[in-house]
Amino acid sequence: MSDLEEFRTEVRAWLQENCPEEMRDGDITAESQCWGGRQWEFQSEAQKIWFERALAKGYTVPSWPKEYGGAGLSTEEAKILDEERQAINARKPLNNFGISMLGPALLAYGTHQQKAQHLTGIARGEIRWCQGYSEPGAGSDLASLKTKCEDMGDHWLINGQKIWTSNADISDWIFCLVRTDFDAPKHHGITFILVDMASEGISVKPIVLISGHSPFCETFLDNVQVPKFYGEDNPSVVGEVNRGWDVAKNLLVHERGMLGTMSPLRGTTGPENLGKYAVEHVGLDAAGRLDDPALRQRIAQAELDNWAYNLTVERMTDEANAGNGLGAKSSMLKYAASELTKRGTELRMDIEGTTAATIGPNGIEYGSLANNWLYNRAYSILGGTTEVQFNIISKRVLGLPSQ
Amino acid sequence: MPLILNEEQEMLQDAANGFLAEKAPVAAFRKVRDNKPADGFCRELWAEMAEMGWAGIIVDESHGGSGFGYVGAGVLAEQMGRNLTASPFFSTSVLGATAIQHYGTQKQKDENLAAISRGERLFALAVDEGPRHNPSRITFSAKPAGNGFVLSGSKTFVADGHVADKLIIAARTSGVEGDANGITLFLVDADVPQIEREPTPMVDSRNAANINVDGLEVTGEAILGELDGGYAALEGILSAGRAVLSAEMSGSAQQVFGVTTDYLKEREQFGQKIGSFQGLQHRAAHLATEIEMMKSAVLKSLKDLDEDFDHAGITCSLAKAKTGQVAQLATKEAIQMHGGIGVTDEYDVGLYFKRVHVAQQMFGDAGFHSDRWAKNSGF
Repeated sequence: MSDLEEFRTEVRAWLQENCPEEMRDGDITAESQCWGGRQWEFQSEAQKIWFERALAKGYTVPSWPKEYGGAGLSTEEAKILDEERQAINARKPLNNFGISMLGPALLAYGTHQQKAQHLTGIARGEIRWCQGYSEPGAGSDLASLKTKCEDMGDHWLINGQKIWTSNADISDWIFCLVRTDFDAPKHHGITFILVDMASEGISVKPIVLISGHSPFCETFLDNVQVPKFYGEDNPSVVGEVNRGWDVAKNLLVHERGMLGTMSPLRGTTGPENLGKYAVEHVGLDAAGRLDDPALRQRIAQAELDNWAYNLTVERMTDEANAGNGLGAKSSMLKYAASELTKRGTELRMDIEGTTAATIGPNGIEYGSLANNWLYNRAYSILGGTTEVQFNIISKRVLGLPSQ
Repeated sequence: MPLILNEEQEMLQDAANGFLAEKAPVAAFRKVRDNKPADGFCRELWAEMAEMGWAGIIVDESHGGSGFGYVGAGVLAEQMGRNLTASPFFSTSVLGATAIQHYGTQKQKDENLAAISRGERLFALAVDEGPRHNPSRITFSAKPAGNGFVLSGSKTFVADGHVADKLIIAARTSGVEGDANGITLFLVDADVPQIEREPTPMVDSRNAANINVDGLEVTGEAILGELDGGYAALEGILSAGRAVLSAEMSGSAQQVFGVTTDYLKEREQFGQKIGSFQGLQHRAAHLATEIEMMKSAVLKSLKDLDEDFDHAGITCSLAKAKTGQVAQLATKEAIQMHGGIGVTDEYDVGLYFKRVHVAQQMFGDAGFHSDRWAKNSGF
């Protein structure tokens, strides 16, 4: 037996022994995940046990080095663990932006002490991170951000405003893009900095969306003093001052990869099984076809496109494992996933007709179809709009010239 | 199994790419088109392909084939799609070989598979009787007589029907037009007085034929597959055809898209490269994404045929639907993004546009296949 086959056998046995039955429901909704952080309260004993057992084994962040709380698995081993976990429908023991976005950037750009503090905090589920990128005047044109960060000798002084900060109200730290040089070309005056949300001068205001509920906030930074170092060899800035755009770009690739392959499509409101759902609500005609030919055609097309999309995720993952990295093609998956997700909920709204458009006395109920349908409009905007993805594909995949 | 080519298949792809670029580029296709040879393809080229093992690409090695399966056939078809290569590959090596290998009797296999692999015998599949694909709408009759059958009726859009040595004809032995039951496949010699073949040149400059059969007597040995149960075999042959046609269209779409992006990088208007205009960039980015979706769909259908032939039908339909749509989009956008030069005969993109249209019509267009998907899914 090869080492990898042996590893698979071990992992399978470990999962069988350690993953509680309740955590094997394949639930991938945001509400069911273990997010961690100072304010975190486990939703069930099973969730707590699963998290603690995974933590002890380094499996909250399996591919990170052992010294930072991971299990030091190779790419192949991490893939096997993931396959075996999915084979028993187990939830991830811990799931948050620290793992999927900041972690990979710190692994690439952080000092040893930065990794020791922050990666370990993420791995142990102690610190929950939020992302301070967008500003009211810097959305798609992110590099035009204006939040000011001044060098005060022994500390940094930050003034400005961030927007669309997911879960800022329940996060512990924020990774932020700030402007440290207002005279340099816009991409060259940006710095990537790590800030404790408990710092004096930070205030947070949730944003109400058309869906009625959202994780998004506005984050105000008013004379926030940030130490230059959190310890020896542990600066608050990641990478070099004024070179934060490099770090930001690296992190955005991870974000797109995550968004492009993420779960909403496989949830209950995506384009999976639309036909069956439509038969229940619309019925069949005498010839056994859905009793609305135009709707039938739209559903068949959505299912066809969704089928091809799922295969493309599979193929690109297989290509990446064979050594041909996804690179800027992650923008294609992000575009396709977000547009398909929107189509799925649009079709469900049309299938249910006025039933789904009725909201009840307490407004749009959280988790309802209408709630999802409205919230999903954001999928093709957040993480880079569809149009920004098109710009990236044009330049980085197709090599088309700039104006 | 990973959804990527293995090393052997990649080597086949490289070999096909090199050979076709040298021996059968688009210029060669133009020559065939302009000289209008009766065959509609170049016999010498076909002999060379057979020598390389392409004619028997899906045929088992025990019958003299190369045993590369449908992924192998798709790899070749994709490169042929890139070069617009005209050859009997599709009719003979995909349709004919699939029919005999999967549904033939031992005798039919012994008599035909080696000959197919050597490129010596050409096949054609005669299914459709009207202008739109409908494999159960069959009135072509095979009436019992003596110890065999008498065949009479007409078929249309029989690819390579004018050059085939053998015809596989879907005939009705019982039931009525529209029934899937009661169809039987017959394997007959094409060059007999009772069969009249009229070439019907198509808009893509490939040849097809109308076939009229009048009182052709055959014995029960001519039956391919089961009496009255030929629809299952027909479905299997069509599925293989749909997947390989998809691979061909995918090659055409990728080629024409590459030509188009090259043009966007070089053509200047208003003092700048037209590829710098967002109006074109975003359409190109959308199309590039769709092409990735198409490639996955094609590879999946070919792999399914190799792994579980009898259950690959729906996947092949989905692939044909997706590929038809994307290849049409790619060829339409190629013409539009090229502007005036795109509608000239001298420029190649129009040739791809025409070929993709005919390939999309063959064995069901995207509408036919999404309808089939919906029916199969119960809606």
